[in-house]
Amino acid sequence: MSDFRSPIEDITFTLRHVADLDALAKLEGYEHADPDLIDGLVAEAGRFFDEVVAPTNRDGDTVGTKLNEDGSITTAPGFAAAYGKLVESGWNGIGFPEAYGGGGFPQLLSTAVEEMTTTANMALALGPLLSRGAIEAIMHHGDESQKEIYLQKLVSGEWTGTMNLTEPHAGSDVGALTSKAEPADDGTWRIFGQKIFITWGEHDVADNIVHLVLARTPGSPPGTKGISLFIVPKFLVNDDGTLGERNDLTCVSIEHKLGIHGSPTCVMQYGDNGGAVGYLLGEEHQGMRCMFTMMNNARLGVGVEGVGIAERAYQQALGYAHERTQGRAIGAAPGTESPIIDHPDVQRMLLDMKSTIAAMRGLTYRNAEALDHAHHGADDNARTKGDERAALLTPLSKSWCTDMGVELASIGVQIHGGMGFVEETGAAQHFRDARIAPIYEGTNGIQAIDLAGRKLGMRQGGVVRDHLAEIGATIASLEGVEELESVREQLLLALDALRAATEYLLEVSGSNPSDMLAGAMAYLNMMAITTGGQILADAALSARSLGAEEAEDRAVMARFFAANRLAGVPGLLPAVIAGAGDLSAARGRLLST
Amino acid sequence: MKVVVCVKQIPDPADPGALDPESKTLVRDAKLILDESDSYGVEMALQLVDAAGEGEVHLVSMAPNNETAGLRTALAMGAASATLISDEALKGSDALGTAKVLAAAIARQEPDLVLAATESSDGYTGTVPEQVAALMDLPSVTFAKSVAVDGGAAKVQRQTEAGYDEVECPLPALVSVTAGVVEPRYPSFKGIMAAKSKPVDELDLGGLGIDAGSVGWAGAGQEIVSIADAPAREAGEVIEDEGDAYERIVSFLDDLKVL
Ligand SMILES: Cc1cc2nc3c(=O)[nH]c(=O)nc-3n(C[C@H](O)[C@H](O)[C@H](O)COP(=O)(O)OP(=O)(O)OC[C@H]3O[C@@H](n4cnc5c(N)ncnc54)[C@H](O)[C@@H]3O)c2cc1C
Ligand SMILES: Cc1cc2nc3c(=O)[nH]c(=O)nc-3n(C[C@H](O)[C@H](O)[C@H](O)COP(=O)(O)OP(=O)(O)OC[C@H]3O[C@@H](n4cnc5c(N)ncnc54)[C@H](O)[C@@H]3O)c2cc1C
Repeated sequence: MSDFRSPIEDITFTLRHVADLDALAKLEGYEHADPDLIDGLVAEAGRFFDEVVAPTNRDGDTVGTKLNEDGSITTAPGFAAAYGKLVESGWNGIGFPEAYGGGGFPQLLSTAVEEMTTTANMALALGPLLSRGAIEAIMHHGDESQKEIYLQKLVSGEWTGTMNLTEPHAGSDVGALTSKAEPADDGTWRIFGQKIFITWGEHDVADNIVHLVLARTPGSPPGTKGISLFIVPKFLVNDDGTLGERNDLTCVSIEHKLGIHGSPTCVMQYGDNGGAVGYLLGEEHQGMRCMFTMMNNARLGVGVEGVGIAERAYQQALGYAHERTQGRAIGAAPGTESPIIDHPDVQRMLLDMKSTIAAMRGLTYRNAEALDHAHHGADDNARTKGDERAALLTPLSKSWCTDMGVELASIGVQIHGGMGFVEETGAAQHFRDARIAPIYEGTNGIQAIDLAGRKLGMRQGGVVRDHLAEIGATIASLEGVEELESVREQLLLALDALRAATEYLLEVSGSNPSDMLAGAMAYLNMMAITTGGQILADAALSARSLGAEEAEDRAVMARFFAANRLAGVPGLLPAVIAGAGDLSAARGRLLST
Repeated sequence: MKVVVCVKQIPDPADPGALDPESKTLVRDAKLILDESDSYGVEMALQLVDAAGEGEVHLVSMAPNNETAGLRTALAMGAASATLISDEALKGSDALGTAKVLAAAIARQEPDLVLAATESSDGYTGTVPEQVAALMDLPSVTFAKSVAVDGGAAKVQRQTEAGYDEVECPLPALVSVTAGVVEPRYPSFKGIMAAKSKPVDELDLGGLGIDAGSVGWAGAGQEIVSIADAPAREAGEVIEDEGDAYERIVSFLDDLKVL
């Protein structure tokens, strides 16, 4: 066992008092999600991930993944066994429909399970994360026979799935990809091309791998409009569901990376021996649309990685701070060495981690809750509102939570002092692992553009204004609550600044897109941090009815976050409204090579 | 085949335990969980029923405050049903008192085989199973590392210091199982959902037909005279390897007389 424990209390609190799981349980299809059962599920899931998955995390980093000469991959010690148990336990499928062998639970609950999976072992958790993308795509766009062949096995985890977008010359610009699909006589397709950076593209933990591959059909229009999506299984599936011939695809190399060493990142070669058999998923040229259906979920999933890795780094740093003695804290007996946790600056770092993680967890859970309302809301209005809210929160979850994942893991290293910089303690691993999350699944720069360029314009700014009004409502509820007065003040200042930034961007986005793009990242951070402040305020307010200790703890976190992070929001406004002038000026000389 | 497994529900060992200075016993206010020691018996019972191709696993537990959390875990693993005995008058029960209660509850099930752990993780007197066997007049086999059922007999490999004994005894019998001999399954989420609706028969002493005076503080033949904090752990000795570390470790272990 590792010394890590899933933060069951924080997770249950967030499910109930930041998101509203009990309200979801009243929706049609979610009736079985009653509070008692949910508590039992979260507790057992926590025990499973603590005892079975978490102990594999270190070997994943130090031993990593090995590519063998025949193109097969040996995953890190313990991965295959832990994954096998994960399949047996069924946690993979908890959020998918019962018709496919899942649990039919709200995505809010499956997000909590995803967080625990990541916290236990981020590299291993990537396998299920990518599988979920494949499941979503097939569920929404597959025909009946495709659903029948693939969904049960993917939901159970007996097979895994991948997403193949990236090519050497097509990263952020997916439309630039050149992999080809040619029609065969029998209605199937033959796929040719190379994909890079394919997560869990090859491995030894499951019997089959269902690759979802973006490729161009003959004569298709250039750019994203000409892309189609194909199911390309590693082993073809016989009519009776058994595995047949090996498909014409191989992993030709794997990447050596800064972090997530346990996750195979593969260069996949398709069609070197006559063409890999592929099956069109959805309609021709609709590949990007299919991708977008699952994008919200996948981006949220990566945001959750930020939460999970920060939590792991926090627990590690907290343990170390209690053990390591150094210097004498104020008030300690002369001649003694104090544990470093007694030094205010170390307390500051730890509380920064703790409270920021609570805000991040709240943001991602509310994002998942919005997706549940989008799919299961009581009426059209509720579903539309859920959809809009999820669309708005997704870039915040993806970008801010992953940036914070890196920053907090770095603070975790800092708390360890020199021992954090050497590999021995494992603090460095979390920092290295965290670094990928701002990059993949749409870089954070792309998220900021998504927010300022697309989400802000939804309903002519109406969706954002609704969100700001909700923050206003939290501020109103803080009125007269003495212990949260400083939170109210900072939230008010942040909201004013955020309003000004919003109006500015709405104005320039039509007339001067460069100005909009220049301020997009600062704007995203303003909105995310303000939303984080709102979340901690809401949490503190609901904790007032949960006993003195809970109320005090939540108030402390809300106040600390308000003073240390929320207070910085107005300071970001100048960066949003500065426009692109200096950037384009710098492009001329300062930034020339 | 019906296998009854005794499962003790105990305070989470990961949370720091506390002793009540008044009663000098463990504080059991917080949620109790399934004693890990008993998860091996549950797993073994499930495997035995699987191997037999028929039958079911029934759980018996005595615990305060009508606690069922630990029972739910074992039900989620696959046990079919449970009996829980909870009664204010059981406060202060010693091992024999506990055994009387368990024996009465087990007898109602008319089991073919009863499994318990060799010792619990919190009390670890390691005496309850044998007392239950004596009270029920069942053969008792201890320290089992594997159990097979063949016709009307149990074949048990019984762990010894040197290896193991092969023991055969007629059923019904009571076998206590050593920790770590099988790998307890983790409940699947479907198992957890199913456990919710599995029957738990909650009984008090009256329901069992046991006289309150024979158990609890009233019936306890043992008395806890005093309690004291465990001594704080002292810093260990760090041996730096200057080429002779193995020799120093060997002599260190020698001094401890563990070699
Ligand atoms: C470990 C790992 C796992 C991965 N897993 C997968 C996978 O399973 N499947 C898959 O298909 N891909 C995967 N990827 C690929 C990943 O999604 C891409 O790396 C990512 O989308 C960025 O593309 P790129 O690397 O080509 O960077 P580029 O697109 O070259 O970006 C470089 C920089 O330029 C910025 N930039 C690019 N375009 C713009 C723009 N229009 N406006 C503003 N800024 C811009 C980016 O934000 C970034 O900072 C993985 C990558 C890694 C490293
Ligand atoms: C002073 C004192 C006060 C106590 N107060 C209470 C009380 O308030 N409420 C209460 O319920 N109990 C109480 N007990 C009972 C106590 O918790 C134990 O059940 C009993 O003493 C057995 O001790 P042990 O754990 O060392 O058993 P061991 O002999 O080490 O246990 C071996 C195995 O027997 C089985 N077993 C033992 N106990 C139980 C059980 N309770 N249910 C199911 N299977 C079991 C398990 O398989 C266990 O692994 C008290 C005991 C003492 C000595």
